[in-house]
Amino acid sequence: MDEKVTAIINKYDCDKGQLVSILQDIQAEYYYLPKEALIQVSESMAIPASRVYDVATFFRAFSLEPRGKHFINVCLGTACHVRGAARILEQIERSLAIKRGGTSKDRKFTLETVNCMGCCAVGPAVKIDGEYFGQMSTDKVEGLLTKFE
Amino acid sequence: MPNKLGSKQDLEALQKDLINERKSGKPTIAVCNGTACHPYGCAQLIEAFKEELSKQGMRNKAELRITGCHGLCEKGPIVVIQPGDIFYQRVKAEDVPEILHETISKGNIIDRLLHTDPITGSTIVHRHEIPFYCKQERNILGNNVEINPTKIEDYIAIDGYTALAKALLEMTPEQIIEEIKRSGLRGRGGAGFPTGTKWESCRHAPGDIKYVIVNADEGDPGAYANEGLLSGNPHSVLEGLIIGGYAIGASQGYIYVRNEYPLALANITIALNQAQELGLLGDNILGSGFDFNVRITRGGGAFVCGESTALMASLEGKVGEPRAKYIHTVEKGLWNRPSNLNNVETWSNVPVIINKGADWYCKLGTDGSKGTKIFSLVGKINNTGLVEVPMGITLREIIYDTGGGIRGGKKFKAVQTGGPSGGCLPESLLDLSVDFDELTKAGSMMGSGGMIVMDETTCMVDIAKYFLTFLEEESCGKCVPCREGIKRMRQILDDISEGKGDEADIDLLERVSATLVDSSLCALGATAPNPVLTTIRYFKDEYEAHIKEKRCPAGICKALIHYYIIEEKCPGCGLCVKACPQEAITFMGKKKPVVLDESKCIKCGACYDICKLEAIGKE
Repeated sequence: MDEKVTAIINKYDCDKGQLVSILQDIQAEYYYLPKEALIQVSESMAIPASRVYDVATFFRAFSLEPRGKHFINVCLGTACHVRGAARILEQIERSLAIKRGGTSKDRKFTLETVNCMGCCAVGPAVKIDGEYFGQMSTDKVEGLLTKFE
Repeated sequence: MPNKLGSKQDLEALQKDLINERKSGKPTIAVCNGTACHPYGCAQLIEAFKEELSKQGMRNKAELRITGCHGLCEKGPIVVIQPGDIFYQRVKAEDVPEILHETISKGNIIDRLLHTDPITGSTIVHRHEIPFYCKQERNILGNNVEINPTKIEDYIAIDGYTALAKALLEMTPEQIIEEIKRSGLRGRGGAGFPTGTKWESCRHAPGDIKYVIVNADEGDPGAYANEGLLSGNPHSVLEGLIIGGYAIGASQGYIYVRNEYPLALANITIALNQAQELGLLGDNILGSGFDFNVRITRGGGAFVCGESTALMASLEGKVGEPRAKYIHTVEKGLWNRPSNLNNVETWSNVPVIINKGADWYCKLGTDGSKGTKIFSLVGKINNTGLVEVPMGITLREIIYDTGGGIRGGKKFKAVQTGGPSGGCLPESLLDLSVDFDELTKAGSMMGSGGMIVMDETTCMVDIAKYFLTFLEEESCGKCVPCREGIKRMRQILDDISEGKGDEADIDLLERVSATLVDSSLCALGATAPNPVLTTIRYFKDEYEAHIKEKRCPAGICKALIHYYIIEEKCPGCGLCVKACPQEAITFMGKKKPVVLDESKCIKCGACYDICKLEAIGKE
């Protein structure tokens, strides 16, 4: 039994309705959802493992694969899209030699996209480890990634 | 934290004290701490103010108020100084000593921090004179600048929770529902169902246990109106929810928040705890005998969870799949019990209606759509930000008067409302009055408040493809028309954008659309064709250019464009040579134009972005 997972489940009083929040907290702890943690959630909350897996794979925010040290989220919301978000994503993909959803070989970066993060006015926007960067352009990508090396 | 409030008198006494405190006459420095100001460094700015106020020994001479979104996000971080309504934009930490020394101590204006009107070019000192704010009616968002969203005292000082006291102690549930019905308030989440009618159905639905729910899963990409409201004034949403709970006969509320909105999540959580401590949530609220509790649940990034039945499934800890709604959620919703779900903005309108009355409220707006609407005005526009306008205002007024027109002197092409369920409206419809019914008639919809402005460099086929790609990923897969139909439509659009389109494709897109509209299980599928149908309806020439001429007029669809060097403009600076990831550009010596090898070019646009001399062409 993983004590951290136990603590998270207890924080929500083992409430089955809070499954998404519980998985969010586990992911915040481990940066992904480890298989053992999912099994523990299933057993201690008496939710079938298939249901836990169902929820863990349905929502875009969850990852069943370990993630890199730095987490990059490229916003692909409409406001960012019309200002060239796809080109920013492609530039990051080329720089890190990974595709969206992937983790770089050195495990330094994981690259994900999000459909909107609520700062549409400053798009195209990128978030790395919780820090927001607005008005991105392809020539700013390299410098930004170096900051997080 | 003040003592627990056991009665209306306690609330009034506390409010009186708080108002007196605010009347101290000290100047107030309101600094925007909204999500959109973060990329501009508002966190550092706030720290600088704290440090400098201590350093200059001014902590008792001015009040620093850390607020939510001020609206004009384009110019963030924003600082508003009262008295005087002085508006400073793009403020940096380095500007802080000067602001304190000059403006706060001596009353001098710092010209370089003032707003410049993008149309007239004149500088403006006072916030209320800035054209961006002039045509707005900020009934709901306006309080964002008056309060620190993490302090319940600030909210109470501006009449917060007085509507709750009035509702619980002076009105019956029926009277409240009648007031909401009379106000003409319609759901701000998208479809615009009359709120009072929904509440009444839920109140009358059989069952002892009922629920009220805040839909704060603003999944529309390109809309952050709910984010700005929930993070900037969370108590207004909470107050509306408690009133709704009382009117409907629910003792449990839920707030379903997008996890991608960390600030909104943090602020509503703080608000909830404070309301509990003050006794505005829990048992016997303000001595009224009404008990009410609220729980916050986080989403997991699924657009479909903005749909009421999917959201309720997710609240039960299941995957967010919708169900057919021949039985309404007001009768059987969460845990199969009567449940009333409304959007963040709808809830936030409730305290205003209770306090000021339905008669006052319905003076604003059109016959069928009352009050104001918050839009996230973004895209290729000068003044991007959150705006709150009276219903009935025209698109032209929003885009040109409030929004300051199109960026970079480009030509307006379209405005998109309603997100993936809405549509793109052309220039000929700019004088359309913005209300629920007019937008629907034009083939779009109000939606939750996205308003994305597009210029001549936006390709309408690409936009249609963008929304379908989004919806294809977000379709839950439960019903076939949505799961398969969207995919096939996206494939057809892929072909068109790659120059492989066929003349029969437009007709085929329309036929598949009709199937989706008729047979999808929920609104995600039924409204998915809207971006395609409106772009075909208003921008058919662009589809035809892609299909017949194999040409993308906006220069966006990669397969149909190529980049080239405009030799007369190129000084051979070599910036593009370094930027090119493919080594497709060769440096030919100083003052000689560079050479682009098109066979190596992957059309990434890096050279185009980096060249400030417009020496890279695209067609």
